[in-house]
Amino acid sequence: MLHTLAALVENHPGVLTRIAGLFARRAYNIDSLSVCQTEDPELSRMTIVVNGDDQVIEQVRNQLNKLVIVHSVTDLTAESVVNRELALVRIKVSSETRAEVLQTVTIFRGRVVDIGRTNITVEVTGDIEKIDAFVNAIRPYGLLELVRTGKIAILRSEV
Amino acid sequence: MNSGKKGSRGAAILLEALEKEGVDVIFGYPGGVLLPLYDSLLDSPIQHILARHEQGVVHAADGYARVSGKVGVCLATSGPGATNLVTGIANAYMDSIPLVVLTGQVVSSLLGTDSFQEADITGITTPITKHSYIVKDAREIPRVVKEAFYLAGTGRPGPVLIDLPKDILAMENVEPFPSDMNLRGYQVPGRGDSARIDEVVKAITECRRPVIYAGGGVIAAGAADALRQLSEKASIPVVTTLMGIGCLPFGHPNLLGMVGMHGTVTSNYAVDDCDLLIAVGVRFDDRVTSGLGHLFATKAKIVHIDVDSAEIGKVVRAHFPIVGDARLVLEEVLDGLASVEVPQVSDWWDRLHTWKNDHPMKYEKDRLTPQMVIECMGELAGDETIMVTDVGQHQMWTAQYFPIMHTRNLVTSGGLGTMGFGLPAAVGAQVARPNDLVFLVTGDGSFQMCIQELATIVQNKLPIKIVLMNNGVLGMVRQWQKMFYGERFSSIQLHSNPDFIKVAEAYGIRGIRIESLEQVNSAIAEAIEYPGPVLLDFTISPDEDVLPMVAPGKAITEMLGR
Ligand SMILES: Cc1ncc(C[n+]2csc(CCOP(=O)(O)OP(=O)(O)O)c2C)c(N)n1
Ligand SMILES: [Mg+2]
Repeated sequence: MLHTLAALVENHPGVLTRIAGLFARRAYNIDSLSVCQTEDPELSRMTIVVNGDDQVIEQVRNQLNKLVIVHSVTDLTAESVVNRELALVRIKVSSETRAEVLQTVTIFRGRVVDIGRTNITVEVTGDIEKIDAFVNAIRPYGLLELVRTGKIAILRSEV
Repeated sequence: MNSGKKGSRGAAILLEALEKEGVDVIFGYPGGVLLPLYDSLLDSPIQHILARHEQGVVHAADGYARVSGKVGVCLATSGPGATNLVTGIANAYMDSIPLVVLTGQVVSSLLGTDSFQEADITGITTPITKHSYIVKDAREIPRVVKEAFYLAGTGRPGPVLIDLPKDILAMENVEPFPSDMNLRGYQVPGRGDSARIDEVVKAITECRRPVIYAGGGVIAAGAADALRQLSEKASIPVVTTLMGIGCLPFGHPNLLGMVGMHGTVTSNYAVDDCDLLIAVGVRFDDRVTSGLGHLFATKAKIVHIDVDSAEIGKVVRAHFPIVGDARLVLEEVLDGLASVEVPQVSDWWDRLHTWKNDHPMKYEKDRLTPQMVIECMGELAGDETIMVTDVGQHQMWTAQYFPIMHTRNLVTSGGLGTMGFGLPAAVGAQVARPNDLVFLVTGDGSFQMCIQELATIVQNKLPIKIVLMNNGVLGMVRQWQKMFYGERFSSIQLHSNPDFIKVAEAYGIRGIRIESLEQVNSAIAEAIEYPGPVLLDFTISPDEDVLPMVAPGKAITEMLGR
């Protein structure tokens, strides 16, 4: 099962190596990883999507927690969370296909961010399933380049 | 290089910070980038012990830490000096030994340029250090040193590395920042979950066949006393890992012996048959479980007490997992037991005694055997004797037969199994406890891996008694080839061994060769009497086996040599 872990880690060199090394040595496969700054300048936030059964995930969490540079690890899988990923997609277009492609982009609430003679570049955000669906929808027209940020997630606030 | 401005040079600030942590000795080896530090050392009260190889430096600090309970400190220069430490750092990491490892580094401006004697030592050692630092600003030295000692010595202990670029050490007029620690991501578990501990107390009163399985974590936590009280109070038998030897004194009626591959038959049967396994400071290592966690103590409810939450559930699922300091947890268990009934275990003890009688530890007494040498050493040495071993058959015989009476009196490479560890570790042990008798039991293979440290012994007048089990072979490898590879012996003969007596004498160490049974007692007695270091070279047969033995991949009840 896919799990989404959010780790608050110290923001200095060597941190990524320690974490990547931990995953590599124990052969935990990272499905996606995103790192960004947080509201606290000393801390970065890593959103790690990793595949494994509950026992493996518990080990991953414990091993991460053990690192001095890791301040906290939360498993966001079972929790109520908002997930987002952003994708930039370059799609082949011709005069015949352009309208159809733009229509698809609109359906997915994408935005055109760049236009070339034979291609357009589109920005799409959403959960992983939505991005996957968009990519599949435009693939027949010619998928030239795909960049995805990896998943980021935040807990829903209690009401 | 002048040290006129004392206290303001980066190196001097480092040494002061070490002093504040109570460091009285550093094991080290100099080099180019360490020149400012070695210069400042001349003005420091800290003693420096020069080894003959950086591997010796780090194993010595490790031996020092194991017998003293303090953090060991070692020092090596950049590049090859630092990489020579790697085995020793891994060794300390595997056995959770607190070390602060100081490495010199090329000047900051050359970092990352493949400059002369540059090695990315923090990168290389990432998986084998608890934490590491590259000091980028000399003003941070006091904080970094304070944090490093705190990290090394608390929680699950381990090695912490501080990489020190030469310009940082050489910087003059440094006004250091305050040494306040900034370790927001690090928590040291203390008391365990009380509700869970109550459940454990209940489980103890209700069980009929309990076993305590004790490891190095008990010693690290200073929990041996509490463990002994628990064992005595509720009449619970104790098995230990190699690292846990000393938790109960040798010969204690509740001690069943070592468990696992070369454990006693009784220990292994007891673990297999128990209905409550109280695991303390252990990690269910494959040398204990045969790598078969799912077949280990299958009839038991398992209590797992450890300071490292990542150990819990790693190999076996515990019914009662408790993250906490072993001493505090055991004391709370003891408190709980004070007001309830202790379990009824007399039937269990009958069974254990039957096993003990049916399967005693045994060896043949008609010739000079390593087991009898070790037993004889045990008879002649006092209770405070420190026993250091290398790695191989001689290590297992020592673990089985030498009477360890206290914690911190056995120094052995458990997790990594590092040949060559023994001699330098003995150096560190003797430096830490100059008034106690230090024995080293080594093999002819292991001895030659760090044999250069004989010079360190002599230079520092360390009266270590070296017992060489000279079988002319890599005995442990030979034993496996004999038992599991149809006696197809491959690359285990040490044909061109030197005359070790002459080697010892060349270093200025007294050597005695022992070739017959009758000589054993008097030679050991003589070595103990003699004020200086002695090498006792015992000629033993290459065909002796370490028994009993669990064959690889077999359940722990299926022991050879029962
Ligand atoms: C550095 C290192 N290399 C190789 C091994 C594998 N190994 C384990 S025991 C052993 C033989 C040890 O020989 P010796 O020191 O003579 O001890 P004996 O078994 O003969 O008592 C070897 C090669 C090891 N443990 N450590
Ligand atoms: Mg040998």
